[in-house]
Amino acid sequence: MNIHEYQAKALFEKFGVPAPRGIAVTAAADIATALAQLPEGPTMVKSQIHAGGRGKGTFTDGFKGGVKFCKTKAAAREIAGKMLGNTLVTAQTGPAGRKVQTLYFTVASDIKKEYYLAILLDRASSRPVIVASTEGGVEIEKVAHETPEKLFKVLVDPAYGLADFQVRDLVTRLGFAGPEAKNAAKLIRALYTMYWETDAAMVEINPLITTPTGEVLALDAKVSFDDNALFRHPDIVALRDFNEEDPKEIEASKHGLNYIALDGDIACLVNGAGLAMSTMDIIKHFGGSPANFLDVGGGATKEQVVAAFKIILGDPNVKGIFVNIFGGIMDCNVIATGIVEAVKEVGLKLPLVVRLEGNNVAAGKATLAASGLTIVSGDSMADAAQKIVQLVA
Amino acid sequence: MAILVTPSTKIIVQGITGDFGARHAKLSLDYGTQVAAGVTPGKGGQFFEYGANRVPIFNSVADAVKATGATVSVIFVPPPFAADAILEGVDAGLDLAIAITEGIPVRDMIRVKRAMAGQKTRLIGPNCPGVVTPGTGDKSSGGCRIGIAPGYIHKKGHVGVVSRSGTLTYEAVYQLTTRGVGQSTCVGIGGDPVNGTSHLDVVKMFNDDPDTHGIIMIGEIGGNAEVEAARWIKANCRKPVAGFIAGSTAPAGRRMGHAGAIVGGAEDTAAAKIAVFQECGIEVAVTPSDMADALIRAAKAQGVTLS
Repeated sequence: MNIHEYQAKALFEKFGVPAPRGIAVTAAADIATALAQLPEGPTMVKSQIHAGGRGKGTFTDGFKGGVKFCKTKAAAREIAGKMLGNTLVTAQTGPAGRKVQTLYFTVASDIKKEYYLAILLDRASSRPVIVASTEGGVEIEKVAHETPEKLFKVLVDPAYGLADFQVRDLVTRLGFAGPEAKNAAKLIRALYTMYWETDAAMVEINPLITTPTGEVLALDAKVSFDDNALFRHPDIVALRDFNEEDPKEIEASKHGLNYIALDGDIACLVNGAGLAMSTMDIIKHFGGSPANFLDVGGGATKEQVVAAFKIILGDPNVKGIFVNIFGGIMDCNVIATGIVEAVKEVGLKLPLVVRLEGNNVAAGKATLAASGLTIVSGDSMADAAQKIVQLVA
Repeated sequence: MAILVTPSTKIIVQGITGDFGARHAKLSLDYGTQVAAGVTPGKGGQFFEYGANRVPIFNSVADAVKATGATVSVIFVPPPFAADAILEGVDAGLDLAIAITEGIPVRDMIRVKRAMAGQKTRLIGPNCPGVVTPGTGDKSSGGCRIGIAPGYIHKKGHVGVVSRSGTLTYEAVYQLTTRGVGQSTCVGIGGDPVNGTSHLDVVKMFNDDPDTHGIIMIGEIGGNAEVEAARWIKANCRKPVAGFIAGSTAPAGRRMGHAGAIVGGAEDTAAAKIAVFQECGIEVAVTPSDMADALIRAAKAQGVTLS
C-alpha cells in the first residue's frame, strides 16, 4: 500500500525523522488559512499523487510542473489555485494522469548538498538494506548504473537491528562531519525504526539534504507498506486513498479477487497468479493485448466468477474474454456454472474463449455445451489464446 | 529415489482442524501419504477421523514428533500465527517444514529466516503449493503429497519440477504426464519475496539425485533467484534443463498476485531473466504450453532419456 508524501512526513515527525515544516490542504477555500500557518518566505507547493516524476509533470490544461518553488506565500497561493483539482500527467501516471486532490505546502529549505537514502528488503540476503548515496535528487537507478562507487549499502541483521557502528560507518562514507554527522546518524536510526516498526516495504528520501546551518532534512518522502502486515496497523490502513486506485481494482478486492487493469482489449479470468501472468504473456505472444491481470484464486466460488465477469466487462476497452482455468483441486464444473450464470446475467455479446482443464473437467465442458451459449472452447492454453486473438482482431 | 520426501515420509499437519488444513489432509490421505499426526494447540488428545484413518492430534509439534517420529510438517496456519508455527517446527528439530500459508508479513519471514540460520530444518515456502513425490499406484497414488497440489495429475518418473507458482507447476506436470513423462519430485518454492528454499537449492538437489534425469525450472518477475540458479546450472549442471519465466507483460512496479512478483529494476524483468536462461544453455519455453516440450527438446539434444 502506498501513501502520500504529506502522510509519510507525518509519520516521519512521529518517529523523529526531521523534514521541513509543511501543511496539507484538500479544498481551495482552505489554501489561505493553511498558508497562514507557515512562516513568510520561500514556499514549496507540491501536488500529492501516488506517482513519481511530479516536478517534471504537466497538467492537462498545459500548466507545467506538479512541484513548484515560490519566492513568497502570495505566489504559492496563486500557484496552488492552478494545481488543486487539476489533472497531472507524469512519466508514471499514464496519459490519463491523476487528479490532484491534495496539495502540500512546505517551507522551502536552503540546500547545501543533496543525498539519497532508502531502506527496503534485500531479497538476496532476506535482510533489510539501507541504500544511500552522495548523489541525491536524481534517479538512483542511474547512479547505480553509472557511478556505482557513489552508492553505499548496509545490510541489517534482523537479530540485532541496526548497529551504531554501521550508522557511523555509513555517515562517514557519505562524507558527513561535525554536527551534520550527528544529525544524519540520528535521522538514519529514526528512519530504520520507522521502517521496521511500521512493516514498511520501502521508505525512500530523495533528496535528503543538508542546509547551511548543519541541519539534515528529508525534503521528499516516498513510503509504501507490506500489504500482508496491514492487519496489525489499523492507523496505516486509515491512510489509504481510494482516489488513487482504479475503481475496478477496489471492486475486485471486495470480492477477494486480484485484479490489475492494463490497457489492452482481451480480458483474462484465470486461477493462480503465475498462470494469470502467463495468460497475459501468451495473449501478447500470439499478437493480442491483455486488458487485465485477474487471479480468482485457488478456491473460487460461483459468486466470485460472476463478480469477476462484471468487473471485466466494466472496462470499455474489452473486446473479448479469455477464461483460463487449471482446476487442480478446484472443481471445473463450479467455474463452468459460474461462467454460464455470469454470461446470462450480464448478457454477454463479446467473444468468449474458455480453456478448462483438471478436476471434473468433463462435467464442466458439458455444462458449457448444454448452456446454448456461444462459448468457444480451447484445448490448450496456446490453442485458446490463438482463438481469442483471432476473434478480437 | 526422489528429493526431499519419499512415499515413506511421515508428516505432521499443523492446523489440521482448520477448513483448509483438514481438506488437504484428507486429499493427502487419499493419495496414500503417511499423515502421522496433526497439531492444533488445545486439541491434543483428539483424533482427525477420515474414512478408516484416525490421525492423532497433538498440542505441539514437539509432542507430535516424539509420539510419531514424523520428520516433516506442513503448515496451514493463518498468516498472523504462521511464523510462530514455522519456528515451532524448527525448535522440534524437523528435517523439513513446508509453509503453505499465503500472506505472512515480510518482517515475520525476515526474522524466521534469521532464526533458522544454522538450524537443521529446511523451510519450503511460504505461499507455496508444497511438494509431491509421485507414487506407483493408480494416478500416481501411493506417493508423498504435502500441501495443496492435485496428486492425480502426476506420474512417477524422472523429471524434477521447481516453481514459484502453483498453477504453473500443475500446468507443467500435466503437460509432462500427458506426454507419458513422469516426475521424480515437484517442488513449489512459493511466490513470496522471502522464502526458505530457492530455485538454486532445489536445482542442486535435482542435480545430485540419480533418479532425476531432467529439470523444469519455472520462475517469474521479481528478484534474481532464477538468474542465480541459471548461472549455477551453466557451470555445474549436466542434466537437460528447460525454463519458463512468467510476467513478460507485467507493468513495472505492480505486484502481480504473488507478493514477490514485482519488477523493481531492469534486471528482474522477464526479458532479462529469459536472456540469462538462454545464455546459460537452458531451453526456454516459448509459451507456458511449451514447458514439457521444451524439456523434451533439451533432453533429445543431449541424448538423455527422460522416461
